[in-house]
Amino acid sequence: MQKAESIKKKVMPSGDAFASSCNACKQCTPLGACIAFKGIEGVLPMLHGSQGCATYIRRYLISHFREPVDIASSNFSEETTIFGGNKNFNTGIDNIIKQYHPRVIAIASTCLSETIGEDVQRLIYEYQETHNWMPDLPVMIFASTPSYQGTHSEGFHEAVFAAVKTLAEAFGPVGDHINLFSNMISPEDIRHLKEIVEDFSIPAMLFPDYSDTLDNTSWDSYRRIPDGGTTVDELKRSAQAYASVELGYILNSGGMNGRIKDNGTKQSAGEYLKNKFDVPLVRTGLPVGILESDKFFNSLSSISGKAIPVKYQRQRGRLVDLYIDGHKYVSDKRAVIYGEEDLVVALAAFAAEIGIKPVLCASGGESGKLAETLRKVLGKNYYEDMVVGQGMSFERMEEVMQELKPDLMIGNSKGYYIARKMDIPIVRTGFPIHDRIGAQHSHMLGYEGTMILFEQIVNTLLEDKQRKSPVGYKYM
Amino acid sequence: MTDNGLYGFKAEMRSMQIQSITKRQDKITPKQKSMAEYLEGRENQIVTKGVDSHELVGGKPSVAGSVSQRACVFCGSRVVLYPIADALHLVHGPIGCASYTWDIRGALSSGPELHRSSFSTDLREKNIVFGGQDKLYQALHELIDKHHPKAAFVYSTCIVGVIGDDVQSVCKRVQKEKDIPVIAVMAEGFQGSKKDGYKIACDALFSLVGTDESMEVSPLSINILGDFNLAGELWMLEEYYKKMGIQILAPITGDGRVQKVQNAHRAALNVVQCSGSMIHLAKLMKEKYGIPFIKVSYFGIEDMSDALYEVAKFFKDDSVMDKARELVKDQLTTLIPALEPYKRALQGKKAAIYVGGAFKAISLVKALRLIGMKTVIAGTQTGNTEDYRLLKTICDDGCIMVDDSNPVELSEFVKQTGADLFIGGVKERPIAYKLGIGFCDHNHERKLALAGYDGMLNFAKEVYETVTSPVWQFVNKNKE
Repeated sequence: MQKAESIKKKVMPSGDAFASSCNACKQCTPLGACIAFKGIEGVLPMLHGSQGCATYIRRYLISHFREPVDIASSNFSEETTIFGGNKNFNTGIDNIIKQYHPRVIAIASTCLSETIGEDVQRLIYEYQETHNWMPDLPVMIFASTPSYQGTHSEGFHEAVFAAVKTLAEAFGPVGDHINLFSNMISPEDIRHLKEIVEDFSIPAMLFPDYSDTLDNTSWDSYRRIPDGGTTVDELKRSAQAYASVELGYILNSGGMNGRIKDNGTKQSAGEYLKNKFDVPLVRTGLPVGILESDKFFNSLSSISGKAIPVKYQRQRGRLVDLYIDGHKYVSDKRAVIYGEEDLVVALAAFAAEIGIKPVLCASGGESGKLAETLRKVLGKNYYEDMVVGQGMSFERMEEVMQELKPDLMIGNSKGYYIARKMDIPIVRTGFPIHDRIGAQHSHMLGYEGTMILFEQIVNTLLEDKQRKSPVGYKYM
Repeated sequence: MTDNGLYGFKAEMRSMQIQSITKRQDKITPKQKSMAEYLEGRENQIVTKGVDSHELVGGKPSVAGSVSQRACVFCGSRVVLYPIADALHLVHGPIGCASYTWDIRGALSSGPELHRSSFSTDLREKNIVFGGQDKLYQALHELIDKHHPKAAFVYSTCIVGVIGDDVQSVCKRVQKEKDIPVIAVMAEGFQGSKKDGYKIACDALFSLVGTDESMEVSPLSINILGDFNLAGELWMLEEYYKKMGIQILAPITGDGRVQKVQNAHRAALNVVQCSGSMIHLAKLMKEKYGIPFIKVSYFGIEDMSDALYEVAKFFKDDSVMDKARELVKDQLTTLIPALEPYKRALQGKKAAIYVGGAFKAISLVKALRLIGMKTVIAGTQTGNTEDYRLLKTICDDGCIMVDDSNPVELSEFVKQTGADLFIGGVKERPIAYKLGIGFCDHNHERKLALAGYDGMLNFAKEVYETVTSPVWQFVNKNKE
């Protein structure tokens, strides 16, 4: 059997090795681009393609964030597909300006517009030219996101890169601010990261900052474009930053991701600023767990030349104390961890440091770097029997899980059906969370966030034990 | 929607309505048309009844740059065919189209659940360059061997239309090799809107109809077209019709089975709900097999009862009609008093409706009236001009009617009319919530049965729960 063999090998064949996929553990690139774009102040995203793409993505994002997510579409018709999208593009931009008055229009391509060879950069140029480069025209950013290249995660990082590449300008001396590229995290975690850098007294541009745009207050009237987001000026100044901190080891580095040729053109925003403007780049993982959070806090400490604030030292101390309180409930438990690759690495590192065995680490992403990154980051905590799967679908995950007999799943809502079938508990985290409320407030970064995640995991295991016990203990 | 004045309950309903209409003399004065900056070219897609004289035009393509609430051709085909539970639904394209439609519809099955898995050929760049036909062929073989479906639907997406994979020939080949129907659903998203996808789905279904004759068929048999068994609604209808002695031969497509669709040409009557999606199939079946059809709706007491009476009338069988009357009487005896407390609490509240099809909107206006509520906005994604004419006749003056709207317009209309409730789908929910008004999900993702008599009670309860929630006290409303 192929699957038994692959488990023996511990690295599963990638999704590309199969003719079909059942229940994908990924979404398409333009979706990720839209999330990142929502982190720009005054933005309206537009997808250059059929109207279904925008509608599906809006529905998907609204169900997760529970906020209005307005994404325009250039609404390709058959005629557009044959004769090209320039007319739709221009009308689209006109109509967006008329209805939304955005400061920024962020455009992502789709499989359709990419394949018929739309040159969106050119379309943007022509639009600006016909409007005589009027200063009040919205800034336009373009990310190339054909859905047959990579996953929503690559789309996200591509959009982050595109915004920085479009806007960053060298126009002054090096400032005292840093760039913090925070990866695809929850609005609550964005707020926490901002709090942390503020407590270090480091002026920072966090990008993309959708902590308000995708997690807003109740309104008294409808805002066409919600407040909040990283400003265009901040993005412009990113080239003068003192340093960039990038969270995540993999980002969009998977050059072979569904591509024919690895031409090495893919770089992250941090790499671009380093290569083009010599902005030093510090890269750590998503700070989940003590070891990875330590790396993050230490980086900030060395960048700022300041000690870690007492507040966070206390948080760390309480987290250690909490680990001790809960360690017996999690020790030796076998967990399946799935989601975006950087998230999987962070969660696996956390699981391993509290004594949970990450028996299967799976992602729909296919950077080709998951296995080596896990080994490097987990170090001495690496679980030797770990099965690593890239380009995994939920169906293939389930096949492996039937053999691995895990105690717990940690990942997004879409894995729920397997948890239900196998009668094992699931801790919901990551994207998407469609069967619970509060995804926008999911908090797992830093010592504080880890505390919440740890409690969530322990309590889920306790709940499971309690539910399955014939006794009905009130005291666990 | 014919006159059924001769049946007792109807007259009663009428008088209830007249009462409630006369009670609502305090209705809002028709205001000037909203100052919302309508997109150019959309002027005749918005009408305020009693103010504007022009006709509401439906069926136009969406304007570029709009944040339309509509979806694409693929979506239309996918939602219609999705509930066929023993078929393989393979999406030929990059992952997005399959991923976004994985198990999103609350369409239940009493048996197999193959429809709840999301199959895709997950095309990559190399397939786009060198073609995806081989991958499709292999995928079909792989999946048919593994899941043994009774038929396979292969959905062609935007990109497949562009790179020119010959999906039809692959389907033909596999059909021959595997001996099950393998149907190409040529649903490239750019061909139009969701509505065009419905038609393509109907064509796909029609190619199955008439290919099997092995099921037992009662002389009193009908097909149910356009119910998708959301939250088990079809099963409720089945119960009603069974009590009348009527057989549902093929439910299309809720709780659908390939063999039932194949036998559908042997039913005496097609009963079509959601005419936007299924009327094309009904027409095709009438043309080829001479099966007449009627249009019905199962939402609200009136329309639900009409649906039963119309079927009874068709069969010209007194015992069937008697049973229908008895059933309706039974249901109403418990339902009407049960609705009373909700009606008291909701009297005079205002509702906005923005749903997929016009027939649903029409039923909702009536159902809302039954619980004392007035419709101030009625819009749809896919209604046509004719549907809107009908909608207009049942709406009150001052009601804003809109085709293919968007968040900017809808939020503007809500503010302008002071609606207390929004009825729509997930994409409309944040509009309602951000503006601080109640919301009722009436889309295909809902998990609550809203059809039939039980559904009417569920509907009243849901509307009550959201509209009267105390949380709205914390919302600052800039309402006049």
